[in-house]
Amino acid sequence: MEKPHDTPHDAHGELMHDRINAAVDDQLPAARRPELEARLAADPAARDTLAAWQSQRESLRALHRPLLDEAIPDALLTAARRGEAGRRQIDQWWRWGGMAAAVVLAFGMGWLSHGQIGSRTAPGQLAMQSSQSFVHQASLAHAVFSPEVRHPVEVTAAQQDHLVQWLSKRVGRPLKVPVLATQGYELVGGRLLSGDGGARAQFMFQNAAGLRLTLYLGALDATPAAASGASVSAVAPKASQQPSNMETAFRYSGDGPVPSFYWVDQGFGYALSGAVSREELMKLAQLVYQQL
Amino acid sequence: MTQFPLTDHIPSLRRYARALTGDAWMADDLVQDTLERACSKWRLWVVGSDLRAWLFTLMHNIFINQARRSMRQAAAGATVNADDVEGEMVAPDAGTAQALDLQRCLLRLPEDQRVVLLLVSLEDLSYEEVAKITGVPVGTVMSRLSRARSRLRELMDGPATAAAGAPTQLRRLK
Repeated sequence: MEKPHDTPHDAHGELMHDRINAAVDDQLPAARRPELEARLAADPAARDTLAAWQSQRESLRALHRPLLDEAIPDALLTAARRGEAGRRQIDQWWRWGGMAAAVVLAFGMGWLSHGQIGSRTAPGQLAMQSSQSFVHQASLAHAVFSPEVRHPVEVTAAQQDHLVQWLSKRVGRPLKVPVLATQGYELVGGRLLSGDGGARAQFMFQNAAGLRLTLYLGALDATPAAASGASVSAVAPKASQQPSNMETAFRYSGDGPVPSFYWVDQGFGYALSGAVSREELMKLAQLVYQQL
Repeated sequence: MTQFPLTDHIPSLRRYARALTGDAWMADDLVQDTLERACSKWRLWVVGSDLRAWLFTLMHNIFINQARRSMRQAAAGATVNADDVEGEMVAPDAGTAQALDLQRCLLRLPEDQRVVLLLVSLEDLSYEEVAKITGVPVGTVMSRLSRARSRLRELMDGPATAAAGAPTQLRRLK
């Protein structure tokens, strides 16, 4: 370990340097300023150092400044979002303490009573947030990845078997890729994402005009214990006494960056997003639904 | 707290990492490692404490560990997968000669001095915060800062050939 002042050949000079540093970095207490100014007035070399260090500081700040406004690369966004989802989960667990069962129940209830949330207590609000955030995340993920030219997907359609196997494993349920060729859309590939509650898969499709659709899906009662997927159907219906709670009709959401149709089937959420008309998106969503 | 607390810090983490490493790919790798470390250690971050300082502390620790390792690898000749960098190798900055020179001189500073100089200059962190992040006393931060500024000034002022000594990042560790 290095000592702070292992070369005290000029303790006085070092002290002066400390003060100049503090002046350059705007960390000099106001009370010390007059003293420094008096010293500087009598010391041309110190004035020279101050000016040089000030201009050096400005050059350093200017060096990579454009990076601050540059779009954040996918990989970093994904890593950050994964952490943020994890953090929200922790915060929720703190907030809800031992209410794990109630949270699971809430996912079911919230879906059923989507339209009459106003009078609900906190768990209902949580569930509403989760459904809204699911479709919002789907739309956001579409907006983030569909404009990508070089890396729109992690695994391309050329390795479809591997893609499906991999994503099925990560979301904890066997997945199928719907065929949308009749509507002119071919599979581009897919990627793994993290949502509020756990792993999400995104499949991307593209038509001849280059227009892209994304299908976003994942388990909805994704408490940490349910990450395996086994409890998706086992826990939630029992808690809510209403197996059908985990299914919903098609819903349309125009809130996100692009419109989406979303639905829930057997505890699994699906959202199809794309910048197409509501009618066309509905038709495509039905086509997807029939095949899954 | 915003909805994307980590995302909000990415731009400044990227800038700092870029100046620290002088390399776009290494910098983003460092940011990625930092974010992943943050994800796995979320439970250790105390709600309400300074998230930025915590992230820079994580990044500092990763950087110092990697720097130690890469000193050995640099001597052996590090390899880059050409597929990974293909298309990205064009210098992205409209960097003037002076900016390139500044970055080059920056890389000649010992890591511990460079870290302190950049944390103070780019992030406006107080000397006490920098001391916490780097895990050294404030006095050490101050002396490293003075040395970094003096040395960088000499390097920038000197003719390009003056700094012909072996660059510190290529020093071989026994």
